[in-house]
Amino acid sequence: MTPSAPKGALKKRSGLSRFFRNNMGLVYILPWLIGFLIFKLYPFASSLVYSFSNFHLFKGITEWGVMNYVEAFTSKKITTALLTTIKYSIFTVPLKLVAALFIAYILNFKIKGVNFFRTAYYIPSILGGSVAIAVLWKALFRDEGLINGLLAMFGVQGPSWLSNPDYALFIICILRIWQFGSAMVIFLAALKGVPTELYEAATIDGAGKWRQFRSITLPMITPVVFYNLITQLVQAFQEFNGPYIITQGGPRNSTTLISLLVYNFGFKQNEFGMASALSWIMFIIVMVFTILAFVSQKYWVYYGDEEGK
Amino acid sequence: MIGVKARNRISTFFKYFVLIVVGFIMVYPLLWMVSATFKSNNEIFSGIGLIPQNPTLDGYRNAMNDYGGDINLLRSMLNTYSYVIPKVIFTILSSAITAYGFGRFDFKGKRILFAVMLSTLFLPQVVLNVPQYLLYNTFGWVDSPWYLALIIPTLFAVDTYFVFMLVQFMRGIPKELDEAAQIDGCNTFQTLVKVIAPMLKPALVSCALFQFMWSSNDFMGPLLYVNTPAKYPAAIFVKLSMDADNGFAWNRVLAISLISIIPSLIVFFAAQNQFIEGISAGSVKG
Repeated sequence: MTPSAPKGALKKRSGLSRFFRNNMGLVYILPWLIGFLIFKLYPFASSLVYSFSNFHLFKGITEWGVMNYVEAFTSKKITTALLTTIKYSIFTVPLKLVAALFIAYILNFKIKGVNFFRTAYYIPSILGGSVAIAVLWKALFRDEGLINGLLAMFGVQGPSWLSNPDYALFIICILRIWQFGSAMVIFLAALKGVPTELYEAATIDGAGKWRQFRSITLPMITPVVFYNLITQLVQAFQEFNGPYIITQGGPRNSTTLISLLVYNFGFKQNEFGMASALSWIMFIIVMVFTILAFVSQKYWVYYGDEEGK
Repeated sequence: MIGVKARNRISTFFKYFVLIVVGFIMVYPLLWMVSATFKSNNEIFSGIGLIPQNPTLDGYRNAMNDYGGDINLLRSMLNTYSYVIPKVIFTILSSAITAYGFGRFDFKGKRILFAVMLSTLFLPQVVLNVPQYLLYNTFGWVDSPWYLALIIPTLFAVDTYFVFMLVQFMRGIPKELDEAAQIDGCNTFQTLVKVIAPMLKPALVSCALFQFMWSSNDFMGPLLYVNTPAKYPAAIFVKLSMDADNGFAWNRVLAISLISIIPSLIVFFAAQNQFIEGISAGSVKG
């Protein structure tokens, strides 16, 4: 405070400093808040606006309307991509969660070398998103790759996995299911949190292992199942690297997920309006699935404390 | 009827059997990848074994050669870490500060803002890509030699997963510690630096590790925002080398791929427990 400052300014400043003293938290979250407004909220809102235009990077906007959405739902290519994306997510997410829970369940018994197994199962999750692993996947599933080499040992002539539209999507799915390690680690931590008294009581009551799993383990870890379900769903719907690098969306568009179309429209053809509309359709599909999961949780997710969440 | 002991032995055997078989299937592709880099191109696809019959370093030797142009493998890896490391540092700083604000203070609108922050966890990045690209283009960040489009946003805690994780951790640090520090004359920022940050260290390390992995693996970011070949990171270089060599020099492509993930592997093996603790802590208590 400079001594010569006029009285009004002094008063105002002390008011401001009181505000900050009472709302110091706001000051600390300010970086995030600014980032949220500029890098999240503004892009989020403007992509909705763009989605109702024919915005082209070089031609600008000459027309407004719902034509992108009309085209999206009438173009065979786009509706197919939407269905493929849903198919991809519905196939990979449950399988990934089941694999993760199954292995975590076994690891939760007093297993010797649990750390070793945990690491082995976890590595694919850490590396799986890299381009290097996508390249490896392509080598594994080539016509004369490791997988067909293995099949040949059993006298089976393996198919052309990556050039056959019936199989290519399946290969992309396997890449993601293979990365179940992170979900497994989360399940394992949750399983460790289930009180052992419950199992002891159940054993005295004569409940078998399967019964115990269904009546104790599963209900107790439903919050974590729910968490894994949501995070995996959101990720699966956005899958890009696998199909982009391994199959380029082919053969015959069988692995063209919606994120690939957004990329192609937006950054290859510079049709930002169309790309925005597609990304919003995808967003709404993700939202619907997420809301369904949230609504359904009162039927199957068990929270220990009374108040629910 | 078989006895309890025999049944336990069978079930133990079954558990190890499953763990080993499934684990083997999980890891075998990676082992095969390593072995393929020491095989000749003729041998790679002629069998499924791991031991090269005529071990050769051709794959590695060729991996070190460039394809002409301004970029080679080592240079692309340097490029990768020249933005990954700033991203990691900025993410930790901005996330810790934001988490401190949410975790330790009350202010108007806190509940709503916290809910907003959590909801961005579920916001697909794809929805933001087009306007973000235009925005960064306006700022002159696209194809900037300093990777500004990739780095600058991390100054603003945009990866809210980390904020969430740190808030969860902070709940376990007794508030009495803050109060004691304030009685000793620390202001709130000094409290964060001297009291909270040291207690938060394991969580901060986890955040750093995950951001390191995710940023090193990131492909979409550089695909959109790096267009100068000399500035390509490893993710792009590996993709290009695969396109260039497709069908004839797989030992080279696989060697390039493997080398590109060696730093990640080293970091993972040096810090695997922090990874596993970090991922469990962020989710279970929620």
